[in-house]
Amino acid sequence: MADYYDEADLPRFAEMGTEAPELWDKFSSWYGAVFEAGALSKREKSLIALAVAHAVQCPYCIDAYTQGCLEQGSNLEQMTEAVHVASAIKGGSALVHGLQMRKIADKVSM
Amino acid sequence: MLATLQSSQHPLASTAEQLRVLQSGPLPGAAKPFDQALADTGLGPLVANGIEVVQVNVGKLCNQTCKHCHVDAGPDRTEENMAPETFELCLGAIRKIGQPEVDITGGAPELNPCFRDFVERVRDLGCAVTDRCNLTVLTLPSQRDLAGFLARHRVRVIASLPYFLSSRTDAQRGRGVFDKSVAGLRLLNALGYGMPGSGLELDLVYNPTGAFLPPDQAALESDFRRELRARHQIEFNSLFAITNMPISRYLEFLVRSGNYERYMQKLVTAFNPGAAEGVMCRTMISVGWDGRLYDCDFNQMLDLEVGFGKPRHIRDFDIEGLSGRQIETRQHCYGCTAGAGSSCGGTTV
Repeated sequence: MADYYDEADLPRFAEMGTEAPELWDKFSSWYGAVFEAGALSKREKSLIALAVAHAVQCPYCIDAYTQGCLEQGSNLEQMTEAVHVASAIKGGSALVHGLQMRKIADKVSM
Repeated sequence: MLATLQSSQHPLASTAEQLRVLQSGPLPGAAKPFDQALADTGLGPLVANGIEVVQVNVGKLCNQTCKHCHVDAGPDRTEENMAPETFELCLGAIRKIGQPEVDITGGAPELNPCFRDFVERVRDLGCAVTDRCNLTVLTLPSQRDLAGFLARHRVRVIASLPYFLSSRTDAQRGRGVFDKSVAGLRLLNALGYGMPGSGLELDLVYNPTGAFLPPDQAALESDFRRELRARHQIEFNSLFAITNMPISRYLEFLVRSGNYERYMQKLVTAFNPGAAEGVMCRTMISVGWDGRLYDCDFNQMLDLEVGFGKPRHIRDFDIEGLSGRQIETRQHCYGCTAGAGSSCGGTTV
């Protein structure tokens, strides 16, 4: 798996624009705008990104937003809480689907 | 306590080796020389614009050995400290300039036996004086009256405190440093430093505690003010966010931890022409413990003396020649021009 996820690939992300430059430019522009300070601060957005990175289990994003959060002034205590939020939603999401299980079980049972 | 690079005979104790790493080290896809980056944005060559600040590095002696120290300062650096005759030469140069701001740094500059006499005489010339203080020096038994001395002479204190939590501060500066730093800050606050209306200015310096860039200065200042007030009842005036320079012990950390390449890439990618215009070397001259002249404290630690035929020692100080001098630059200069910029007074944009 180490070959699939290479740290050195992260700075090469822009190569995804090689065959589709217009789409890459649109993505880059939108991505940049998303992380600008708005109703949420850059720091809050980085913490959200860190949490989502764990939820989608993207090693590139975890790398980028661990450093991003530190560079926005967050500390490990705050970052760990953000990861717990992601984990709670992931876990809660699995658990709440138990209601589907219960409903289906009810439906097929006498 | 961490050993200095010099005492452990580390190859990076040599400035030639540091420059070799900086000049030949890998910079994937962006090995552009700093001068070229300046030229490409119409800013090169970098030229000084007068001398508003004289920064005097009085020596490498320090009671701490911080992991990021660009001076490789420490308790064992007892030889490289400014002698009385060199202080006299500094005073002569300061008189020639008029009333520049005098910024005293080290090591722990207060440990130089001539520190207090120099402060008094510079103040007598009417110059504003800044002491770059590591805070723990204020708690040493030999320095019990230091805080009072600084207050009496209205010395501005710029104090290092990389974070408002002990874990990150101690990780960078040594075990127990945070608690002693808080004790030092309390001594200063008790004398009026950092308090509204006192006129005694106390500023803090944040350095990242790892291989990453500093956060937004204003946001961080707000965090520090809130947390230091709530946790320790500490007050201060401003916080400066300073980028760590890839020099000396911080360079050694970057190389040893496998972060060098990526950190340099980060600095190069974040090159900001706006920050380059406001770099501190354009309005200051840096004096080394032995009287040699440099464009900044970082160049000093790399033995890059003022160049281009200008006087290289304080005894030959020539305000005309030095005021418009061309600045010596190398790859480490990307550290001062990344993002919002970095200087001894924090961000430059």
